[in-house]
Amino acid sequence: MIKIEHVSKAYQAGVPALNDVSMFIGTGEFVFIVGDSGSGKSTLIKLLLKELEPTEGTIKIGNEDLSKITHKQVPKFRRKIGVVFQDFRLLQDRNVYENVAFAMKVVEAPNREIRTKVPQMLSMVGLAAKYRSLPKQLSGGEQQRVAIARALVNEPKILLADEPTGNLDSKNAWDIMNLLEQINARGTTVVVVTHNMEIVKAMKKRVITMKKGVLVSDEKWGEDNED
Amino acid sequence: MKISSIAYCFRQGLKNIGRNKMFSLASIATMSACIFLFGVFYSLGVNFEAMVKSAEEGVAVTVFFQEGTSQETIDKVGEALDDQKRDGVVADYKFVSADEAWESFKADYFKGHEEAAEGFGDDNPLANSANYEIYMKDISKQEELVTYLQGLEGVREVNQSEVAAQTLSDFNSLIGYIFTGMILILVAVAVFLINNTVTVGISVRKEEIAIMKLIGAKDNFVRAPFVVEGVFIGLVGAVIPLVLLYFLYRSIVSYVADQFSFLSGFLDFIPLQDVFGVLVPVSLLMGVGIGYIGSRMTLKKHLQV
Repeated sequence: MIKIEHVSKAYQAGVPALNDVSMFIGTGEFVFIVGDSGSGKSTLIKLLLKELEPTEGTIKIGNEDLSKITHKQVPKFRRKIGVVFQDFRLLQDRNVYENVAFAMKVVEAPNREIRTKVPQMLSMVGLAAKYRSLPKQLSGGEQQRVAIARALVNEPKILLADEPTGNLDSKNAWDIMNLLEQINARGTTVVVVTHNMEIVKAMKKRVITMKKGVLVSDEKWGEDNED
Repeated sequence: MKISSIAYCFRQGLKNIGRNKMFSLASIATMSACIFLFGVFYSLGVNFEAMVKSAEEGVAVTVFFQEGTSQETIDKVGEALDDQKRDGVVADYKFVSADEAWESFKADYFKGHEEAAEGFGDDNPLANSANYEIYMKDISKQEELVTYLQGLEGVREVNQSEVAAQTLSDFNSLIGYIFTGMILILVAVAVFLINNTVTVGISVRKEEIAIMKLIGAKDNFVRAPFVVEGVFIGLVGAVIPLVLLYFLYRSIVSYVADQFSFLSGFLDFIPLQDVFGVLVPVSLLMGVGIGYIGSRMTLKKHLQV
């Protein structure tokens, strides 16, 4: 599904943010990418979204080589990937329903389809009753659920979550992780970038560890990894 | 783009105007001022041009002949004037025989004292005054025509109202230059303001644009609401001054007709429908065009999608 081969990225010559990183993430996997600030996690996400171009190496998603995707083809490519951020990035002047519908409007989905799918998605994330609320009227956890509904409404094959629990308390963080696990169980490949080692340890998934732009470990965590 | 998407972009464009009220109003006001001034200049320009044209047509060049010039030679000059008429230099010309010249002179200067003129008996004091009265079509070529006529066989003298002709011609050009210069400045100001409004719109919606791009919106989908915003500002900015100008023009024409009826004949306004037949499409096109160009320029600069 995601194949990264010998990828390096330098914002300035001689200062690599990523250095010769290779990994393969299969269809339907749930993977954590962990590492300190400056480890290259965010750069990796930007490369996967084709917001940045690698200095060296190749990235393939599905059968597509990202270096061969033209500027005009980028929107179509991005529709295959859902993305969730730490700060939710909801439109504050639109209610829950409109925020989710927005993602479908943007990809020019028919209105009939929007009217059917948005309530289904809100129901899946447990916010059907709050469809008229504005983001400021919701808790952090609820806002992140709206963001997840928005990311999934166009049925992407991959969900990238960049620090999805970074702004949440422990209970809400767990709720979000459980939701991501449910989404993964339905067949969506989920890649979560996080600092939250408590959750990473407890969920016993594949964990890729980055340090100063280098991939230092890639293993399935279980009982052995618990301190 | 699908019809539902076009409708969505259209609504978003109008919402942008609502969200960005002060800048949008400032842009509409400036656009209105620009097009209002354009309308005023245009209305003045076409009316002045019509007046100049009618004045030009009244300007005559007169060709007199040497004593004893044969009718054949005079006819040859007439043929030369036919050529000038075909070339668009001369609007019309008229041959005035010596007898007609004397009759006209008598009518002008001996009116009421016809007995004084009878003293001349059958003698025509203007025997050498057979002439061609020439009415110019293109006043700028008058000087050239006079030189040409002076060189023809049998021509004794060519009279012309030189100062009037040149002044009208120069003034007409001057008005044209001022008109063009003003319009160019106004267009630049309007484009600049639309630019500013759309730039503010982009900065207000920066987050939304970033999300749209990440979700997979096509470039045109991201840009369209801003283009709608620019075009709508241009359109409203054109309609307001057109309505104002319509009532203003109508009022001025009827006021001048009522209060300055003695000027009729000299100060004949071009009919409202003739002026607006051109002014309405040109102004709407200007408004929409300036709005479109202004917003596209801004998008190119500030919205790398």
